[in-house]
Amino acid sequence: MATNTLSAAFRKIDVDQYNEDNYREDEVADSQSPPAAPDENEITQLLNQGNSLEALKVVLRNAPLTSKNPQVKESALNLTMKVLMSFKSSQVDEAVNSLDVEMIDTLMKYIYKGFEFPSEKRCGQLLLWHEKVYSVGGVGSIVRVLTDHKRA
Amino acid sequence: MCEKYSFGVHPITCHSWNKDRTRIALSPNNHEVHVYNRSSGEWQLTDVLDQHDLRVTGIDWAPKTNRIVTCAADRNAYVWSPCEDGKWKPTIVFLRLNRAATCVKWSPEENKFAVGSGAKLISVCYFNEGNNWWVSKHIKKTIKSTVTCLDWHPNNTILVSGSTDFRVRVFSCYVKEFEESSATTKWGNKAGLGHILAEFSNSPLGGGWIQGVSFSADGNRLCWVSQDSSICLVDITKGTQVHKLRTEFLPFLSCLWVGPNAIVVSGHDCCPMLYTVDGSGQLQFAFKLDISQKKEAGGLSAMRKFQSLDRQARLEISDTELETIHQNTITCLRCYEGSNGSVGKLSTSGVDGQLVIWDLQPLEKSIKGLRI
Repeated sequence: MATNTLSAAFRKIDVDQYNEDNYREDEVADSQSPPAAPDENEITQLLNQGNSLEALKVVLRNAPLTSKNPQVKESALNLTMKVLMSFKSSQVDEAVNSLDVEMIDTLMKYIYKGFEFPSEKRCGQLLLWHEKVYSVGGVGSIVRVLTDHKRA
Repeated sequence: MCEKYSFGVHPITCHSWNKDRTRIALSPNNHEVHVYNRSSGEWQLTDVLDQHDLRVTGIDWAPKTNRIVTCAADRNAYVWSPCEDGKWKPTIVFLRLNRAATCVKWSPEENKFAVGSGAKLISVCYFNEGNNWWVSKHIKKTIKSTVTCLDWHPNNTILVSGSTDFRVRVFSCYVKEFEESSATTKWGNKAGLGHILAEFSNSPLGGGWIQGVSFSADGNRLCWVSQDSSICLVDITKGTQVHKLRTEFLPFLSCLWVGPNAIVVSGHDCCPMLYTVDGSGQLQFAFKLDISQKKEAGGLSAMRKFQSLDRQARLEISDTELETIHQNTITCLRCYEGSNGSVGKLSTSGVDGQLVIWDLQPLEKSIKGLRI
């Protein structure tokens, strides 16, 4: 190998910026109504009542996937993690089975997002969730975590 | 239930049959196209079409006029006409592209063909008698990325394309020079070449390269498969609403209407699957075409054990084998018996170098109450 290729810095160059007619996604749809975000008070209330399943459905239904605001996304992620951690291991199966396909996909996105910020307690729980969601959503739900542009 | 043939260890990029299915043209993932003749179950290589410089990406054999069109990463297309000695004579078609051609398809009347490419355009080609030359016209409108798949409407003047900008577009493909006006369809009035009739986004969540598109036999319904493992359906008689089914499988690469309400899809899962369309236009999983069972490992003898340990450094050798007939991605799906919309048998080829012909009838019978 030539010595000058030992440097890996060139891999980080964004070559697309030199392409004039680069592909840009339509931004039109995003500027419309601001995407919903889960209401923290509502979730906390549901969790305090011990109604984790309903809380999970609310966070997944209102997930701000289309939002471009990092703060909204982060608070939604933290909220979702809080809800996921509130489940007992024995309840996970039942919870996953009561979700529809779209919620399963959204949940899978949050599980992978959760893996990006690992902590000891969280990862064990997330792996359990991952196993259960995978058994329902199959590899298709993982594929959609990778392909969908509106991410968690 | 199905016939299996192997064409070596190389992947089969794509394949295409002649009219009576006695011959097949396939590309072994390089710049060549091999034409085989089948006589009494044996495949005989009759000709190698080797004009392309780079990897062949598309082959289509016109049944009526018996011509083969091929396109490749070298940005060219060739139309091959048969000679009396069984060989094929090439005619080059300059597509005027600056990127690789990705797919090619004859129109139903076989008087023109369309080529998709990485140059964000579709080249529609027809033969000009006066110049003895294939003329190529470009459709560029609103395409923002590589065109990956194409299909013709049965009326010969409408073309659908799928591309990596996550969109499916329906174009008018009516060439004024030599075509008479055709009746209007549900897709819209006839207009000049390249006029966009409809445009669909693959997913409200963005993403998902379109991998395969297909018109139904009446041309009113359109289905496509994409990289987000989903199958989408549009029925233009009922509006432009997209019915999307997110499946639990790996992404599909091609789709084909096998009945008025049935679609077969195949791709990275190595197993063709049949989906049906119900009255409300929703897609439903019906069955897998591949019903082979995992082979029982015939007793773990000491010899086998140490042989496998020696060769592969593991005890079990069976875990490298898939349960399906195809051992790798299915890249091409073609009708073998019947026609679009009423397929009796279909053929698949893939990265494992296999060609498999599937019979739908026994499967249909074995599943009670199912009508394709």
